[in-house]
Amino acid sequence: MEAGHDGQAASTIGPADLAWSTPAAADHRTVPAVSVAVIGSGGAGAMRAGEILLEVAAVAGFYGLMTRAMGPQIRGGEAAALLRIATAPVSSLDDHFDLLIALDWANFNRFAAEIPLAPTTVVIADPAEGDVPEAVLASGARIGRLALKDLARAVPGGRTNMVGLGAAAAMVGLPSEIVAAVVSGQLGRKGDAVLAASVAALKAGADAAAALPAISRLAAPLHDGVARWNISGNQATGLGALKGGVSFVAAYPITPATEVLEWMAPALAKTGGMLVQAEDELAAINMVIGASFAGAPALTATSGPGLALMIESLGLAVASETPIVVVDVMRGGPSTGIPTKSEQTDLNIAVNGLHGDAPHLVLAPNSIADCLFTTQWAVGLAETLQAPAIVLSDQALGQSRAIVAPPREPPAASGRLTVPARDHVPASYRRYAETESGVSPMAIPGTPGSTYVADGLEHTERGTPSAQAADHATQLDKRARKLEGFDYGPSWADVEGEGEIALLTWGSVTGPAREAAAQARARGIGTRLISLRLLLPAQPARLAEALRGVRKLLVVEQSHGRQFHKFVRSCYDLPAEVAVISHPGPLPIRPAEILDQLAAWE
Amino acid sequence: MDAIASLSAQDFKSDVKPIWCPGCGDFAVLTALAKALAELGRPRESIALISGIGCSSRIPAYTSVYGFHGVHGRALAVATGVKLARPDLTVIAAGGDGDGLSIGGNHFLHACRRNVDMTYILMDNQVYGMTKGQASPTTAPDWCESKLTPSGTGVSPVAPLHLALASGVNFFARGFSGNPNELARLVVAAVNHPGFSVVHVLSPCVTFRSEQRAWKQSVHGADAAPAAHPAEALARFADDDGFTTGILFAGDREPFMPARTTTMAASDFERGFAVRTPPGSLAAASPA
Ligand SMILES: Cc1ncc(C[n+]2csc(CCOP(=O)(O)OP(=O)(O)O)c2C)c(N)n1
Ligand code: SF4
Ligand SMILES: [Mg+2]
Repeated sequence: MEAGHDGQAASTIGPADLAWSTPAAADHRTVPAVSVAVIGSGGAGAMRAGEILLEVAAVAGFYGLMTRAMGPQIRGGEAAALLRIATAPVSSLDDHFDLLIALDWANFNRFAAEIPLAPTTVVIADPAEGDVPEAVLASGARIGRLALKDLARAVPGGRTNMVGLGAAAAMVGLPSEIVAAVVSGQLGRKGDAVLAASVAALKAGADAAAALPAISRLAAPLHDGVARWNISGNQATGLGALKGGVSFVAAYPITPATEVLEWMAPALAKTGGMLVQAEDELAAINMVIGASFAGAPALTATSGPGLALMIESLGLAVASETPIVVVDVMRGGPSTGIPTKSEQTDLNIAVNGLHGDAPHLVLAPNSIADCLFTTQWAVGLAETLQAPAIVLSDQALGQSRAIVAPPREPPAASGRLTVPARDHVPASYRRYAETESGVSPMAIPGTPGSTYVADGLEHTERGTPSAQAADHATQLDKRARKLEGFDYGPSWADVEGEGEIALLTWGSVTGPAREAAAQARARGIGTRLISLRLLLPAQPARLAEALRGVRKLLVVEQSHGRQFHKFVRSCYDLPAEVAVISHPGPLPIRPAEILDQLAAWE
Repeated sequence: MDAIASLSAQDFKSDVKPIWCPGCGDFAVLTALAKALAELGRPRESIALISGIGCSSRIPAYTSVYGFHGVHGRALAVATGVKLARPDLTVIAAGGDGDGLSIGGNHFLHACRRNVDMTYILMDNQVYGMTKGQASPTTAPDWCESKLTPSGTGVSPVAPLHLALASGVNFFARGFSGNPNELARLVVAAVNHPGFSVVHVLSPCVTFRSEQRAWKQSVHGADAAPAAHPAEALARFADDDGFTTGILFAGDREPFMPARTTTMAASDFERGFAVRTPPGSLAAASPA
């Protein structure tokens, strides 16, 4: 019921009226983290339940992570919300789930490999949805039979996913009044009847959960006074771009990058910028180059197939020294590959795809929150160094949500060096002048007295096409020097911990590596974690320093062809003993696999 | 800023010597463009001339305005970015039949329908001049002079006029490099017409299509005022011989330019991600 619509008060009940009491736990042990999977076929609302659970955890003061696994259907396919809720920041999913809520078993086998279960797992299964799949029984998990559908039917307007959510919240130990308040906040506009039905369904699930096998409950949240954000990687990328000053975006839709564009389109429209849907990726990157040439910090976002189409024009941005940012939210490749699932396999093309000697920037965020930092940093670097920057995010970061402390900000960038207006002396302005840093002042169209032609052909300092060896050498050297000579500061990598064993990784795989390193340290295995954020230009002196005293190095990445291992081998000196954990998507790399190797080395 | 009144056509040329073959039609296109820019009376720094790759696409370096010489086929995409980011600039794209209709054909179609306020000078010599004489999308099917297609292409050429009209172009004129004064007038009209305007220039390649020297006998002026509706233009020019010069179509579609508003700062969006405690819940509620 809409407020004031027909002269009646909109809402007569408040969240406090909706709370139910949660039954006492059978088991009083508490744990710092709990992992929950909610699965269901299209329309069952598994994703919705997962999102509400994450928000409830956030309001209650926990940290958390939620990734999604989706079937291939465009709409209405089966989906799984994979969560981990914890008292401390969460860097990765756990090695197995503590609780699996199956709203139904439709196409469960498509997800089975992505939802590892253990004998300690409790599986909530509705007897009305048929037999529990063999793969689930084989794990030894305890099965809690709960008539989700019948309980939902008993409530007028009740929904199965709300019954499941009520059970999950109660079993994990989330406060009922916060569940009710979050649901009420989201459904408030739909009126009291809908809200009451939801709360009754939640309560039915919570009450019924009391009779089921228990899981260890979450410990009390840390009331650390730190604010919490609930954000997805693709949103964080969009916000980072906006904060970096991007005012023009042109792009062509592609999974899993589209949410970056969906978030940015309305935000740009309110901040004096714009987003243009281009006819293809060739147009997108060239529109972005045009906008940047005209003075607007500009960005495009795509995934592997689109990056492949943009490669020729990335070289144009290098040669013409036009700053642009290309965000690649990586998915399984090659070709159309696995559009909805993650893989770290565009590294080769991002680093080596350009023809000619084409120095450029390649950066990679290593957490959901870091998507903001790294994208904002990339915009600043591209603008400052008048070069294209590729930002390699991936589906696992982009389409996952996390509860995090407010992301940190990159150091302020000096920005684009431009020329001031001057008296008209057309022959005097040298757009590509040799300078000590290699960065030359750029005249923005509209600036009197400094007209020039930006060129992808090799050129003289003035920008006039030239095929002469001396001009080629000068310009190649200048373009390399400006990137190699720049001081990128401490953000080139995250270097954490001490020890003679080090993990070297990048991107989304940093999550499980960070978790494994923490677990190793807890066992007394001194472990360093090095996660490269700046991939190009390589930083050999910095990595040598970070590796000082390291005897054994474990390289961890998500690719079949060991792309990252080959990349670091080509750019860096590594310790004598190197092992590699490298397997393709879509299965995430789990902390246990990394920990096993570290333990074997000790 | 340029002292507007004092700029002559010569002021719009640079001191860079063109690489074009003696007698190439593109020299006269440059002359006509410089004349048009002088006539338009806008400061040099307010004009951006964007091109791709080809003999014709070399034109920006020979002018004194801002220019961008990009990759093959993408001039219209770059120009679109320039104009959308900077509506205050006068944006002109230029290039050849291969650049604009073959490798860049998709952008031509979408530039016509998008209707951004800019002008495209399509320098058509029915050949790839720069790569030494291969057939282009406007080459006749029985032209046998290329080693790649010694028996002719056997493929029907595309008519830029028909393609543009079918795609929603807002202004279409045809000129001839052998008549630079008329061409200059057409460029001025195109730049002044709101929306996306095409000036299709017959510009002979004397090196690989020397028979095009005879074009001066073939061209003839349009004998009616420009058509105002695409259907009317398509009907009138259904059997066009490709040599009718003048303004052939002038439409009145609204140019595309997204409105810009600045009601928020980037950091204002952070609030949307902050976890808020819904009213009624206890912020510090301990787990049950
Ligand atoms: C991606 C790419 N493919 C091919 C070429 C080679 N190439 C350069 S110019 C050109 C054709 C030019 O023809 P047109 O646009 O008609 O210009 P003209 O030289 O006739 O003026 C080609 C195929 C290139 N530079 N880039
Ligand atoms: S090859 Fe043809 S188009 Fe190119 S410059 Fe020579 S005459 Fe002109
Ligand atoms: Mg040509």
